[in-house]
Amino acid sequence: MFAYLVKRVFQAIAVMFVISLIGFAIQDNLGDPLRELVGQSVSEEVRQELRDELGLNDSFLTQYLRFAGNALQGDLGTSYFFKEPALDVILKKLPATLELVMGASIIIIGLSIPLGVYTAIYPNTILSRLIMGISIIGISIPVFLTAILMIFVFAVELGWFPSYGRGDVVHVFGFWDTNFASLDGWQHILLPSIALASIMLPLFVRLIRAEMMEVLQSEYVKYAKAKGIRPWRIYFVHALKNTLLPVITVGGVQIGTMVAYTILTETVFQWPGMGFMFLEAVNRVDTPLIVAYLIVVGFIFVVTNTIVDLIYGLVNPTVNLARMGA
Amino acid sequence: MSSLNTTAEPSRWAQIWNSNIAYSFRRNPVAVVSLLVFGVITVMSFLAPLIAPFDPYDPAQMDIMNSEYPPVWVTGADPQFMLGTDDQGRDLWSTILYGTRLSLLIGICAVGLQAFLGISIGLIAGYVGGRVDSLLMRLADIQLSFSTLMVAIIFLAVTQAMFGSETFNQYAIYFLIAVIGVAEWPQYARTVRATVLAEKKKEYVDSARVLGFGPIRIMVRHILPNSLSPIFVISTVQVANAIISEASLSFLGLGMPPSQPSLGSLISSGFDYIFSGSWWITAIPGIVLVVLVLVINLLGDWLRDALNPKLYKG
Amino acid sequence: MSLLSVRDLSVKFAMRDNTVTALNQISFDLCKGERLGIVGESGAGKSITGFALMNLLSRPGYIDSGKIQFLGDDITQMPEAKMRNIRGNEMAMIFQDPMVTLNPVLTIGQQMVETLMAHRKLSKAEAEQIAIVKLREVYIPSPEERLDQYPHELSGGMRQRIIIAIALLLDPQLIIADEPTTALDVTIQADIMELLLELCESNKVGLILITHDLGVVSQMTERTLVMYAGRIIESGRTREIINDPQHPYTQGLINALPQQTKPGQRLKQIPGNMPSLTSIPKGCPFSPRCEYVQDHCLTEAPKPVQYTHVEVACHEVNRLHSDKAEEMN
Repeated sequence: MFAYLVKRVFQAIAVMFVISLIGFAIQDNLGDPLRELVGQSVSEEVRQELRDELGLNDSFLTQYLRFAGNALQGDLGTSYFFKEPALDVILKKLPATLELVMGASIIIIGLSIPLGVYTAIYPNTILSRLIMGISIIGISIPVFLTAILMIFVFAVELGWFPSYGRGDVVHVFGFWDTNFASLDGWQHILLPSIALASIMLPLFVRLIRAEMMEVLQSEYVKYAKAKGIRPWRIYFVHALKNTLLPVITVGGVQIGTMVAYTILTETVFQWPGMGFMFLEAVNRVDTPLIVAYLIVVGFIFVVTNTIVDLIYGLVNPTVNLARMGA
Repeated sequence: MSSLNTTAEPSRWAQIWNSNIAYSFRRNPVAVVSLLVFGVITVMSFLAPLIAPFDPYDPAQMDIMNSEYPPVWVTGADPQFMLGTDDQGRDLWSTILYGTRLSLLIGICAVGLQAFLGISIGLIAGYVGGRVDSLLMRLADIQLSFSTLMVAIIFLAVTQAMFGSETFNQYAIYFLIAVIGVAEWPQYARTVRATVLAEKKKEYVDSARVLGFGPIRIMVRHILPNSLSPIFVISTVQVANAIISEASLSFLGLGMPPSQPSLGSLISSGFDYIFSGSWWITAIPGIVLVVLVLVINLLGDWLRDALNPKLYKG
Repeated sequence: MSLLSVRDLSVKFAMRDNTVTALNQISFDLCKGERLGIVGESGAGKSITGFALMNLLSRPGYIDSGKIQFLGDDITQMPEAKMRNIRGNEMAMIFQDPMVTLNPVLTIGQQMVETLMAHRKLSKAEAEQIAIVKLREVYIPSPEERLDQYPHELSGGMRQRIIIAIALLLDPQLIIADEPTTALDVTIQADIMELLLELCESNKVGLILITHDLGVVSQMTERTLVMYAGRIIESGRTREIINDPQHPYTQGLINALPQQTKPGQRLKQIPGNMPSLTSIPKGCPFSPRCEYVQDHCLTEAPKPVQYTHVEVACHEVNRLHSDKAEEMN
């Protein structure tokens, strides 16, 4: 178990190293920090002096090591636009994005398992056909269109929900603004969460259904039937656990896609999260912020993937964690 | 001789007509309608220069005075513009035709690139085996664990910031094809590799080798045909995904520019006007996009059921 | 006393636009504690017979007609809840491949306990005690520890022993064993068969052994059915069928055994292949491969008739018999 953990952490560090290289390459090539600092009205001599002072004339390796060293201490540079440490800017936006992801994940996990299992067990009922029909329409509508549609119907036409922003957030634990502590917050987060979940939910319903149907054809399910086990136990004890194993793997991969979709959702709903901020940073060519976003997202990504892998290893008895570490 | 030909021709058609796949196609009205709709959309969009009443790329044909006319069935419309006009005064119908062509083109080219990369890598990994195989499959794992859309967003954002909007817009179509095309090769590579490993054990591959055929010939002529059906199934789903990705990127302003709009950029430019009541600039291209992706997905679903005997029996 | 009585059982498969007959009006009986072998090539309908007896045919297969009387009740008419109570309880099944039969994510203990608790009102601890006793009966070393293990931690032979233990958990009247050793290593096949035989004899359990191996049948069973293309073509006491087969197909099977061949001689194979279920010939299904074939064999399906000690479905059995007698002389 310990060896497996070490191996996984090692892999995570390797991936972070590659991401930091990319981040550094972007920082090195995108925009000119001098112009941001002193403008264009400075003579070439002074520029050269400044370059030396800032270490911009050092070798690539020295510059990268400085960059990585600073990054490890939480210094990802200063945002040109906000004139604040880039990491601080992002961490302020992080709760908004994470709560959105949380809201969508609750919807996805809460609905995909029962719907997927139901449609696998009763593939021919009218309800199943309806669910499958809606799901294929669901995966065919891009997230941003769902978001626009929801704003148009529920905010513009019906006026039931607000169309943008986070609304009244409650400050908790001293560093976190939450939407889940006030009615206004709930009203604001509902539409964006549904929009964010809209393409992933049908994807998971279909995946769970397909895996479950395959498992229900397996020998061990036939054998359980031959032992006289009750159907509900066959479905939820024998089949579901085997169904969820591949689903967990796919789920890990989808976390990255989910982060990408937050950019779309946040843009449509003007949700003050990291994704929205990232697009603004791109438009302003705010290089430190772009790089910081890349590194933070990469980090989230590596951490969740590692956790998902560990969970998979714990759930699946045929994965011998001790042996895999060797 | 000629009589031989005439008898051979219909029997061949009858063979296709009676095959499992054609049978399941005829029996499935959803598949038939989907293919029909897909065909109509494809043909019309590729004939856009002939069908469209206006050229949306020609600034001379645009008049800002014509902007935001609603579709003809809404009061206040100009009968000249069947589906109304967009915010720049472009005929929406023409723009949608051209935009759909772009979306389809990018989707298909990107998937072509994916397939080319994936199939080559899969063949090599499966055929060579050993270290090359484990290295390539490791790469595939890593590539798969990164979300395509995320990679595309960051790549395009940085590219745009680096080259400036003007240069970027000029080459946007190539960037889009490249970034969507490069990211998803592992899907193909894994499938092809699995077939290669399964086929490599069979006798005919050995005998082909004994007969002195080179590895490339064996792979392309003997092994590849066996992985065609999974490749087909993957490709349909991938085209749908690629079109969605392209639309999403263009919506974010990281894809096709408003001067050369794809469906995604059209929707994006319309979104600013949705609150002022000009819903059609968003809604109509949106519907076209959804219908296009939906019929491809429906075809993909049917194809998977028809070609995959494992699912067919279950 | 009759434990099982099958009458005119037909099983069909619903295909694209027609149905295929997989079992064609088969009938047989089994007494309490009796051991019956069902022999035939793959595709002859042996496994389908096994699953039909459990009423566990998976789609698109279904029982088209006929009766299966088990302990006095007709299984084909039985409501699912009652049938479920029979499965694993009165009638247990041993599957072909132990590597895929046990659920990979559940422990051996869970899979044994759930079987007991599905049919008896027992606490988990009581059920575990019974499980340990049964594991000991199939010679599993340190059974207490096995309960917490997962299937992948055990060898194939070990798993098949556990499956036999599960079959015996509730002291059933009948065990259906579908090729229980084909997936196993040759060296342990005999051990498993011996164990099965020993346990069936000591517990007085009826056994239906489905196999393609005539040697196994001769050691394990008292009576034998020979199946071909979904029909029973010969049935009777195992010893008589092995020593004096009447149907040309059975004769061919026995002549093809390596023991019947002198060293250096080629194995005597039956020419041709068994027809697939979609293309069973009219008349006698064996006619295309039969050396005694006559015109009426091609048009009329033979009915099973009593001949000497066995029941055989062949038009030409008389002629065949006299031929053989001549050969002997």
